[in-house]
Amino acid sequence: MDALLIHRLHFAYTVTFHYLFPQLTMGLALLIVALKTVALRTGDEHYNHAARFWTKIFAVSFAMGVVTGIPMEFQFGTNWARFSKASGGVIGQTLAMEGVFAFFLESSFLGLLLWGEQRLGPRMHWLAALLVFVGSWISGFFIVATNAWMQHPAGYLMQPDGMIALASIWGLLLNPWLVWQYLHNMIAAVVTGSFVMASVGAFYLLGKRHEPYARTFLRTGVIAGVISCVLLLFPTGDRQGRNIAAYQPATLAAMEGLFHSERGAPLVIVGQPDIDKLRMDNPLIVPNLLSFLTYRRWTAEVKGLDEFPKENWPDNIPLLYYSYHIMVGLGTIFILIMLVAGFLLWCGALDRSPAMLWTLMLAMPFPYVATTAGWVTAEVGRQPWIVYGLMRTADGTSASISASTGLFTLIGFMGMYTLLSILFLFLVYRELEHGPEPAVGTGD
Amino acid sequence: METLWFAIVAVMITVYVVLDGFDLGAGALHLWLARTDAERRTVLASIGPVWDGNEVWLLAAGGTLYFAFPVLYASSFSGFYLPLMMVLWLLILRGMAIEFRNHLSSPQWGAFWDSVFCAGSLLLAIFFGAALGNVVRGVPLDAAGSFFLPLWTDFTPGRAAGILDWYTVLIAVAALLTLAHHGALWIAMKTEGALEHRAKRAAAWLWWGVLGAGAAITWASFRVQPHLAESFRMRPWGYLFPALAVAGLLSMKFFKGGAAFGASCSFIGGMLTSAAFGLYPYVLPSNGDPALSLTIENTAASAYGLGVGLVWFVPGIVLAGAYFVYTYRSFAGKVPVVDAPSQRRY
Repeated sequence: MDALLIHRLHFAYTVTFHYLFPQLTMGLALLIVALKTVALRTGDEHYNHAARFWTKIFAVSFAMGVVTGIPMEFQFGTNWARFSKASGGVIGQTLAMEGVFAFFLESSFLGLLLWGEQRLGPRMHWLAALLVFVGSWISGFFIVATNAWMQHPAGYLMQPDGMIALASIWGLLLNPWLVWQYLHNMIAAVVTGSFVMASVGAFYLLGKRHEPYARTFLRTGVIAGVISCVLLLFPTGDRQGRNIAAYQPATLAAMEGLFHSERGAPLVIVGQPDIDKLRMDNPLIVPNLLSFLTYRRWTAEVKGLDEFPKENWPDNIPLLYYSYHIMVGLGTIFILIMLVAGFLLWCGALDRSPAMLWTLMLAMPFPYVATTAGWVTAEVGRQPWIVYGLMRTADGTSASISASTGLFTLIGFMGMYTLLSILFLFLVYRELEHGPEPAVGTGD
Repeated sequence: METLWFAIVAVMITVYVVLDGFDLGAGALHLWLARTDAERRTVLASIGPVWDGNEVWLLAAGGTLYFAFPVLYASSFSGFYLPLMMVLWLLILRGMAIEFRNHLSSPQWGAFWDSVFCAGSLLLAIFFGAALGNVVRGVPLDAAGSFFLPLWTDFTPGRAAGILDWYTVLIAVAALLTLAHHGALWIAMKTEGALEHRAKRAAAWLWWGVLGAGAAITWASFRVQPHLAESFRMRPWGYLFPALAVAGLLSMKFFKGGAAFGASCSFIGGMLTSAAFGLYPYVLPSNGDPALSLTIENTAASAYGLGVGLVWFVPGIVLAGAYFVYTYRSFAGKVPVVDAPSQRRY
């Protein structure tokens, strides 16, 4: 058994599980602020009850994000000691900034948001919600900044002893890779939040329960969904793709299944990359589209994998290709669903359209799938580098940790996260059953 | 500059232990102090709004350590691989227990998660103590600055020591007693009636244990790590830190409520800063060849990184302190007795 593979699976498993939760909390935080703003401006308690309901779901997801996030920060040191040793002087900055600027803000004001409504009064309580939102988005910024540096190192100095020192803090924080990756990622979180909110609204409406709240959830979710789904594609997704073309051309070729350089390269919609024969099987293509999307010229040349030495190819091209296509395919379907739902909402016909309500209700898991596929694309696409162009993943592991020890703790995490999943589903199910109506006589 | 960051990291770890210490201690004791379901809910309500924020100090301290001393972070986190993973699992289990306990009304499962919460808190206090013991005693560092420790060997703190030997076990027991005592004072400060009374009695008993353990670990630490005595001899102003601990320990006996809790903070803070002061400039001593020890110089990030870090760290941590003060003030005072599951706070 290969220790490198175990360390990669260890990180991949724990980070994939972890990110199921922050993507919901970062998106929901924005929608909760929106609901609370309406409540504050109109004085309508209905929106406050709606916000309170979502705050409970938010809190459960947030707590899951915290307990699964702690292992992430530790794993840099435990499983990737050689990487941490070399690059800690750079990415330690952004990780420490996250702790100092985001975690304290989030955790302090979440306590107040959850437990302090009576003590604070409506204005301060609104402010607590806003600060939790700001905190969670700052947190996302520093994590994406860390990843952006690994994708496209900037503001560093390679020292003779192999240590990578920080040369410019602004280079690190204003990395050209960072801004679009951050926006794309945060908009994706809003998409997840919107779909979850709309889905719960559709679920209640189809079951004829909590109908006034169901309509509020649907309206909020669909409006936010229309805006975020469009922004996800353009400009954020488009610019992210062009960054990959500019800075990781081999990755782009692998993502698109382009084995040979071509002028007027086609866009592959479906097909299976055949790594042995270096061609696409059963391709369904749109001629010249890849050239246009990448360079805005129909006949521009796009570099294929054959331009790059094989040892610098991403080491799992099929996985990269499929995850990228799943992300893009689902993103396109999301735009369609939300545009139709938005149109029906605008006509006032959404509540009377069971087909659309069923679609919205059942669509809920797919933003999670798309987001996960997006991160798989980013991380598998960066291979074989842990820091693109500077350090190979194989050189980053902890030399003293054997494959067997790594497997032991990976299995431990699998068991622990199975328990956590049960807990999460149980708590969310309870809140859904309880519903948004204020309980009578308990002061809830 | 390295010295300043050494002090910052030491203070952050100390703040973490002082803050999370009381909720760990409260968790370790609550099975015995809080007898009824209502009382157990009251204990949970007293730590409910703050325990999560307290754990953030661990994360922030870890992040700061990573950025200021990356070589130390890489070496110690991979060297203490298994115990660290167990700490992570315990933190997860303990957080889960608190969540389940707050949301379940079944008495049977309530009792189960109470036990998990208690066991998690207890073991975490022990693990943190053992970790501190290992750092003071030193580890078998190699020339590349990494090491591997078996969990135990023959329980003597020599060159072939494991993670557990008589010295680190002693520190672990002392940590458990100290945090249990700290937690008892917290419960006494935050609750009323029979619960407050029992917590006060437990604190009075535990105080003798803390006194004994404090004396024992002081003697043992100077024996196991000779560098400590050298530090205090070279810079006598450092006696300030043990003086803080002694003052805290003695005054706890005579203070009540918030003042006693404050004195306990001063005791824990004094003990930890004494250890940090004594180890300086080492951050992870070698228990073999002293030349292989990790020091602030050979583990620190570049001068530019440390300098620029100061620019954002200072305003950031001042803000963080302000949120903390605001949160604790918002939840100041005794927690009302929670008498029925329907009175969940959220």
